[in-house]
Amino acid sequence: MNTKERILAAVLANQPPASPLPNIDSFKGTDQDLISTYSDVFTTIGGSVFVVKSLAEVEGLIQETFDCTRRIITTLPELRDVSDRIELYSAEVMPHSFEDIELAVLEAELAVAENGAVWLTEQRMGQRIIPYICQHLAVVVPAERIVPTLHEAYEKIGVGDYGFGAFIGGPSKTADIEQALVLGAHGPISMTVFILESEASSTTSYPGE
Amino acid sequence: MEKTIKDHSALAEEFIRDEERVNWHDGALWWIRQKRDMAAKNIPEWEALREAASQIKNNVLSNLHDYLLEFEANATKNGITVHWAADAQEHNAIVYSILKEKGLNQLVKSKSMLTEECHLNEYLIERGVDVINSDLGEYIQQLDNEPPSHIVLPCIHKRKEEIGDIFHEHLGTEKGVSDPTTLTRFARRHLRNVFVTRRAALTGVNFAVAETGEYVVCTNEGNADMGAHLSEVQISSMGIEKIIPKKKHLGVFLRLLARSATGQPITIYSSHFKKPRKGQEMHLVLVDFGRSRQLGRPDFRSSLKCIRCGACMNTCPVYRKSGGLSYHNTISGPIGAILAPNLDMRKHADLPFASTLCGSCSNVCPVKINIHEQLYQWRQVIVQEGYAANTKVLGIKAMAWTLSSPASYARIGRAGRWVLNNIPFAVNNKFNLWYKQREMPGGPKESFGEWYAKNGPKEDEKQE
Repeated sequence: MNTKERILAAVLANQPPASPLPNIDSFKGTDQDLISTYSDVFTTIGGSVFVVKSLAEVEGLIQETFDCTRRIITTLPELRDVSDRIELYSAEVMPHSFEDIELAVLEAELAVAENGAVWLTEQRMGQRIIPYICQHLAVVVPAERIVPTLHEAYEKIGVGDYGFGAFIGGPSKTADIEQALVLGAHGPISMTVFILESEASSTTSYPGE
Repeated sequence: MEKTIKDHSALAEEFIRDEERVNWHDGALWWIRQKRDMAAKNIPEWEALREAASQIKNNVLSNLHDYLLEFEANATKNGITVHWAADAQEHNAIVYSILKEKGLNQLVKSKSMLTEECHLNEYLIERGVDVINSDLGEYIQQLDNEPPSHIVLPCIHKRKEEIGDIFHEHLGTEKGVSDPTTLTRFARRHLRNVFVTRRAALTGVNFAVAETGEYVVCTNEGNADMGAHLSEVQISSMGIEKIIPKKKHLGVFLRLLARSATGQPITIYSSHFKKPRKGQEMHLVLVDFGRSRQLGRPDFRSSLKCIRCGACMNTCPVYRKSGGLSYHNTISGPIGAILAPNLDMRKHADLPFASTLCGSCSNVCPVKINIHEQLYQWRQVIVQEGYAANTKVLGIKAMAWTLSSPASYARIGRAGRWVLNNIPFAVNNKFNLWYKQREMPGGPKESFGEWYAKNGPKEDEKQE
């Protein structure tokens, strides 16, 4: 027998009698006050939230908040005035070439009110490394894509056609030195979420959705 | 009993010598426990979630064979190369062979308690591979040549001044700098350079989904992602018990994990790895290392439900006051004390005794492991198997003899009171373990039995 067969044989011999899976379909949150709940939670985590009516407003806020003389990239074509649009799915580019990004502006597939996290697939990241390597991360999420809890989020995600996907819930952080909270451990030092309230949401289409 | 290493009480004794530090350590961990409570109370269905998580994990254990095969098939379909390792040695050899085949001699590693258990770093370093731990706490511990003292907060036992000294010695920061933000920023710059130059990255695994063949890695720092997404070769190591059946079950576990661990609503990053990036290789090592044996121990198998949140450590009065390193095992605290004897009963015979059996660990466990009951059950196994310390065995035998005979109980009680009152120096000395850090009480004049004989109802007053 090889290792795999030996492990599986030992597991089969030792595992206890069948124990049924519980029904978890009753777990769900409330649809009320999703924007304010999301904003409260995300602000408490250490992120910033802006409720906006248009991407033009997002553009203005970016110009006010960030150093636009440095490299800013986005997957949203509407934001080309403030940033270089990177090619979606630009897998040909070395991930290391994004090391000098000051700000990345991405669009989330959904956001979770209860924990402040946004869900991004690699298609929406452009490259897997981008939301981690940038100094600051900004995410646009249409208001109607905020769900109450992770249960609704996973229901919407389904199996999902992605090679990599992630919930990101705030700026990178550590409290490893005497439990003192420091924002910006290895990933972004800040995270800003723009909640887009209106029908004028992005027209970008993402492969696989 | 012979011991080549110091046991929990000897190591704890070293830790508690500095009273100010113990009080600080105790308070820091209790504050995390309090944050956990606040986070849990914000979720009205918290107890139902714990119950669901517990039942899902029970199901996993009862069907692990099939789930492992399902996971392997789906992960392989996704383009991940799956390896199987029976023990630490085989795990380490697999990781090394993957690196060797690519001609790589540098590895950046995010937090993985499994690779700590396997002593992977030492194995690779002996073979000329340079390994850097990228989690800040683990990085500090690595610089200081110490194992992590806590599975979530690896250097929780260190003061910031000590960390400043370590940075000064190893990284050349200015002497005396101990501000956490300054030190973290310095490590950030230093490790960025590591991430950008390493071609191979290793991560741990929090959950592996049988249904889809993907696995989830949770961090707050983003270090697992920085390593993985910049690597040409990504390796992930997981214990076989990390499987969950369906993707929707992540909703239950991710709601519980960070709230139980640190009181956060979710870790900053919950990364779902399914397929390699174009041009990248992804390897996953499924490791048994005693888990299938623990699965065959009916009283102890539920310890395999653990999701490594560390809540049992933060709440444990013994852990908080003795420090994680006193457990001389990668996984410390109450959960470590019920996992470790399975691996080496002789070496870890002391750990199940490092508990007051207060039950607080079981009360906070997000997957409802009956930790304190298993601590009690391990004590019995350890004594039966002959691994308990002689002093313990003799003490328990003497106690059993005394308590089984009312006459000897009364006699020894009288003798004890006389000693305490007349020759206290006979017990107030270093041979009496109870005298350490304590004052012995004065002896009562009489026992309750003697008092009752005098003051209780007289024979003729007794009711029928």
